[in-house]
Amino acid sequence: MRVSIDSEKCQGHNRCYALAPELFDVDDYGMAMVIGDGTVPGGVEDKARLAVANCPEFAIAMSDDDASAATAGFATGSGS
Amino acid sequence: MTYQIDSDEQTGDDGEVSQASLYGPVTDWATDFDHADPEYNLHAHEIWADLRATCPVAHTDRYNGAWLPVTHADVTRVAYDTENFTSRSVVVNTGEIVAEAPIGGAPPITSDPPFHHHARRLLLPPFAPKKIDPWEDDVRSLCTELLDEMGDAELVDAAVDYAQSIPVNVIARMLGFPVEDADLFRGFVHDILEGVNRSQAARQQSFERLDAYLEAQIVDHEQNPRDDLTTFLMSSTIFDQPLSREHVRGSIVLLLLAGIDTTWSAIGSSIWHLASHPDDLARLVAEPDLWGTAIEELLRVYAPVTMARMVAKDHDFDGCAMKVDEWVLLPFPAANLDPAAFEKADQVILDREENRHAAFGLGIHRCLGSNLARLEVRIAVQEFVKRFPKFELADPGAVRWSVGQIRGPRELPIRILERA
Repeated sequence: MRVSIDSEKCQGHNRCYALAPELFDVDDYGMAMVIGDGTVPGGVEDKARLAVANCPEFAIAMSDDDASAATAGFATGSGS
Repeated sequence: MTYQIDSDEQTGDDGEVSQASLYGPVTDWATDFDHADPEYNLHAHEIWADLRATCPVAHTDRYNGAWLPVTHADVTRVAYDTENFTSRSVVVNTGEIVAEAPIGGAPPITSDPPFHHHARRLLLPPFAPKKIDPWEDDVRSLCTELLDEMGDAELVDAAVDYAQSIPVNVIARMLGFPVEDADLFRGFVHDILEGVNRSQAARQQSFERLDAYLEAQIVDHEQNPRDDLTTFLMSSTIFDQPLSREHVRGSIVLLLLAGIDTTWSAIGSSIWHLASHPDDLARLVAEPDLWGTAIEELLRVYAPVTMARMVAKDHDFDGCAMKVDEWVLLPFPAANLDPAAFEKADQVILDREENRHAAFGLGIHRCLGSNLARLEVRIAVQEFVKRFPKFELADPGAVRWSVGQIRGPRELPIRILERA
């Protein structure tokens, strides 16, 4: 499982950093980035899902390591 | 240095800001809405729900024409569309627009791309999480001091004696302004944000008074530079040039205006909710692990900020013929209550785990101070509940809500039922 951030969409709400600091960091401008290559270690899968589901800009995607399709899965609205 | 001003000047020459809209009472919310009618903020949730079901983009001829989209999809669409909508004025009013795009009067909130990007990038670092987190202890001390000052009173006003003092003190410290001037800032903010119904001349006078105050602070910082946001702005550059005086002043106006009423409102609304929902209050006291999701949920349901845009070009918006220079209100709280975007949208669910709320806006104008606002709201509400684990509205009829684009209780009498 891997997480990735679309930096074009990220506006620095910092929800991911607050919910899953094991997976996300922020730069000096408060913009989010994944730690390392975004691989989700065992035990923090739920936090990864929460980060995806709480991003107001729909900027975070989650994918299986061997599958390319992002599986947001938590979309609760039409968003953008 | 402290700027001297007669206290009776603080709310403008007409004393207490008029509560009635300049245009008179609203006759129909779909075709004649007015966010400055006191009924609007009082019954906002019902008005948005009715409009969502019947007319998702309301219109009014007031203010030379204004639109009000209320679905999450439409609010998002306007927020993301910087071609058809300009930010050059973000507070709906009846006057002439003085500052022109792309910079506007309070950059970057009033700026459009591409200038916006540069003005915003300048201000992002001081408000990034790692710069804001260290303020936690200061904010907590401020809250506990305010609670100590309440002594053992049975009745307290959580808006006047508590919520309103928190953001104003923090931003004064960040800007390096005298903390004793807090009442003065509140007067400025009140005049500009809540004074929608005052005459244009009176509004202009408020702006001039604010400008004179800021000029005095800037001169003081010129003579005594120090480690604060004002000196930071004055020593910053954009396109390799020092910021113009207007830019420095405009950005300070933004930090003062945007950070005070908004956070005050979010703290007040959260306390109002807990005072009127004893089950939620008891649950938070019993399950402190819920604070993280609870604060986000209170921000979703009671998001205080409705932004505004102006139509930049004539265009069709889902059958609405939008004309240049008409206003568009962006009610983020209405988007947050849209059942198409949130399950059980009208219910406060303290442990709601999936919450993509838009309380801090969406797109390139995401609230610059959101990290600070979240910190203040979380600590202020936590400390209030820690001190008073049981409280209720002293008189629901005595709660007074704000008028205008920032929604929150301005008078909130609370009866303390139990203290720690």
